[in-house]
Amino acid sequence: MESIIIVLVGILTSVAIYLLLSKNLIRIILGTAILSHAVHLLILTMGGLKSGTVPLLGENAERYIDALPQALILTAIVISFAVTAFILVLAYRVYQEYGTDRMDELRGSNDEQ
Amino acid sequence: MKSNDLILQTSTRVVFFIIFLFSIHIFFAGHYTPGGGFVGGLLMASAIVLLLLAYDFKTVKEVLPFNYLGMTAIGMLIALTTAAGSLVFNVPFFTHWYDYFDFPLLGKTSIHTAMFFDIGVYLVVVGITLTIIEMIGGDS
Amino acid sequence: MKLINLVVLPIIVPLFIGTVLLLFRKSLLAQRALGLFGAAATLVVSLFLLAKVAEDGIQVVTLGSWAAPYGISLVSDMLSILLVATASLLTLLVLWYSVYSLGEKRELSFFYPATLFMLTGINGAFTTGDIFNLFVFFEVFLMASYVLIALGGERIQLRESMKYIIVNVVAAALFVITIGYLYSITGTLNMADLAVKLGDIGSMGVISTVAIMFLVVFGIKAGIFPLYFWLPGSYYAPPLPVLALFGALLTKVGIYSITRVYTLIFTTDVAFTHDMLMMLAIATILFGSIGALAYMDVKKIIIYNIVIAVGVILFGVAAFNEVAVTGSVLYLIHDMLVKALLFLMIGVLIFITGKTNLREMGGLIRHYPVLGWTYLVAVFALAGIPPLSGFAGKILILQGGLEGGFVWQSIVVALSTMVVLLSAIRIFIYAFWGAEKSFNSPPKAKYVNRMIPVVILFVITMGYGVFIEFLMPLFQATGTQLMDSSLYIDAVLGGEK
Repeated sequence: MESIIIVLVGILTSVAIYLLLSKNLIRIILGTAILSHAVHLLILTMGGLKSGTVPLLGENAERYIDALPQALILTAIVISFAVTAFILVLAYRVYQEYGTDRMDELRGSNDEQ
Repeated sequence: MKSNDLILQTSTRVVFFIIFLFSIHIFFAGHYTPGGGFVGGLLMASAIVLLLLAYDFKTVKEVLPFNYLGMTAIGMLIALTTAAGSLVFNVPFFTHWYDYFDFPLLGKTSIHTAMFFDIGVYLVVVGITLTIIEMIGGDS
Repeated sequence: MKLINLVVLPIIVPLFIGTVLLLFRKSLLAQRALGLFGAAATLVVSLFLLAKVAEDGIQVVTLGSWAAPYGISLVSDMLSILLVATASLLTLLVLWYSVYSLGEKRELSFFYPATLFMLTGINGAFTTGDIFNLFVFFEVFLMASYVLIALGGERIQLRESMKYIIVNVVAAALFVITIGYLYSITGTLNMADLAVKLGDIGSMGVISTVAIMFLVVFGIKAGIFPLYFWLPGSYYAPPLPVLALFGALLTKVGIYSITRVYTLIFTTDVAFTHDMLMMLAIATILFGSIGALAYMDVKKIIIYNIVIAVGVILFGVAAFNEVAVTGSVLYLIHDMLVKALLFLMIGVLIFITGKTNLREMGGLIRHYPVLGWTYLVAVFALAGIPPLSGFAGKILILQGGLEGGFVWQSIVVALSTMVVLLSAIRIFIYAFWGAEKSFNSPPKAKYVNRMIPVVILFVITMGYGVFIEFLMPLFQATGTQLMDSSLYIDAVLGGEK
């Protein structure tokens, strides 16, 4: 099971990198979102996948899985949520200011001001 | 931009309260089972986003005249103050405390400092989500 | 009474006051007063903590009373508290400077809360003893820095902040991936516990890989070769007080993290990991030198000097002996102080002339002698001319480097001093000497206002150099703690029994 998920992580990462390398701002932002999903999936897998159990409930549980990766993912999701929201707002401002959402059209010399 | 979707508007009036109550339920359920301030807050925020979809910014602002950024700040202060209670008792930061109380109507139930922390989280999540939505969609 | 929570205070005081500031976003007076008060209060508590750490050794608090390897530990050893105190001091002075220079519109667009949140994140990153918590604090100060870099929303700022954010988001993803790998190898995230577990495992290919991945992640923040590509462009964009904060504090968090993981956790395969770090440090110095000499823009020159300093500090860490590491810490603190000082001085210079290009300046020494001569002395301190503040650190780094047998690398480091001196003194020669060229000649009062925090920082920086002898016990303790990881491990894991 782990190997399948790792392959999935690989696919998601390559999709994310493909999107990150494109010139469209929205595609780049989507790329960062997908990249964060790939990463979360990776942590989940790294904690070990065991089917059919829940995190530790009570002291006498027979089987349980490591709850720490889930806590890490929750934290990471919240952070990527905040960052994505911020980039979206910023991208909107960039669009308003420059009138374009293509990265190559944002280019220019630093001395323009 | 005045939206005029009658079906959406009518059902939103009902669904909004269902989501709202469910978010409160999830919030208190987080005491011992899955749930809590973060999920509850997100549900509440999505309920308000539903209102925004059905009506428009002006109407929603009239119905819910909150300063969402202030709400975030107050939520954060509640959470921090709860955690800082450990400073007073000189135990490691974030150490929690609980006890059982008898309340009229509710009966014997437990009060947990984590709940006050979660109230803060709830407010922060609702506040910050709607601040973001206002920023992105506010001027269109 | 034993105060358990002293370690937490430098983190929560700015967080608390920053949050209160969100409630008074319209009042300029409240923003300024509370902002300065927040930074000052943070400085006071961190000085208390410094005294305590110096007296009683490493301080630990385990959050929520969850015992050490399971809960999150906050650990304040000499290195972390020295950096926390310096960061708080610099934030206070830069905030003071921005009261006079930033302009009302920017001050009211969340400048003070964002700065305090950034201080929260930075202090947290310096203090935490948990590798995932380090990531969280990284994100806290990065979020704040996103706000600060876009502050005011000029065209160039928007463009540069977009790049800055995307670079950092990818770096954050890489950070989490690395943590995931580390967790799957060891099953723990507590740095002290990691040190024990990895010490038991010994040298293993996959661990060295993870070590290099950490170097990449922190290297993007610190600006080591070849990962500093984003730094000159992004740091150029924001207003000067923000640039001073970024230049003095943000890259240093990356350096701190590299120092921490390479002295505490990844010490089993020194021949590979530290040699890699050594090569990158030397390359950083070389490429930073090229940049510093190539530009005629005052901001760019000092920004490339950040890159050189990163190389010098990491050279000391890579040499990995007590003398060199002590020197690195000395130089790290010196660099934070002197970079903030130089950026603020450049800020005054740009304010006077209204330009950033050196070719358009000249002959200012007659009108602004205080700025001119303090700038000259600050440049000498930057280059490390005795008895000024850069000297002690650099000489220890070189001594350590030679002891470790890194002869030609040490020569490169020594020669970089010349480049630093040359690049920064050019500003003095062009801007203060030579034929007088037109400048704004702003009102005297505004100039004096800006100079007060600059002069205070100048005096502190000089004091740090001249009276370093009195501070040496602190730094020797830092070097000992860094090289003897059992002190850190015992403080975190042993204290709970």
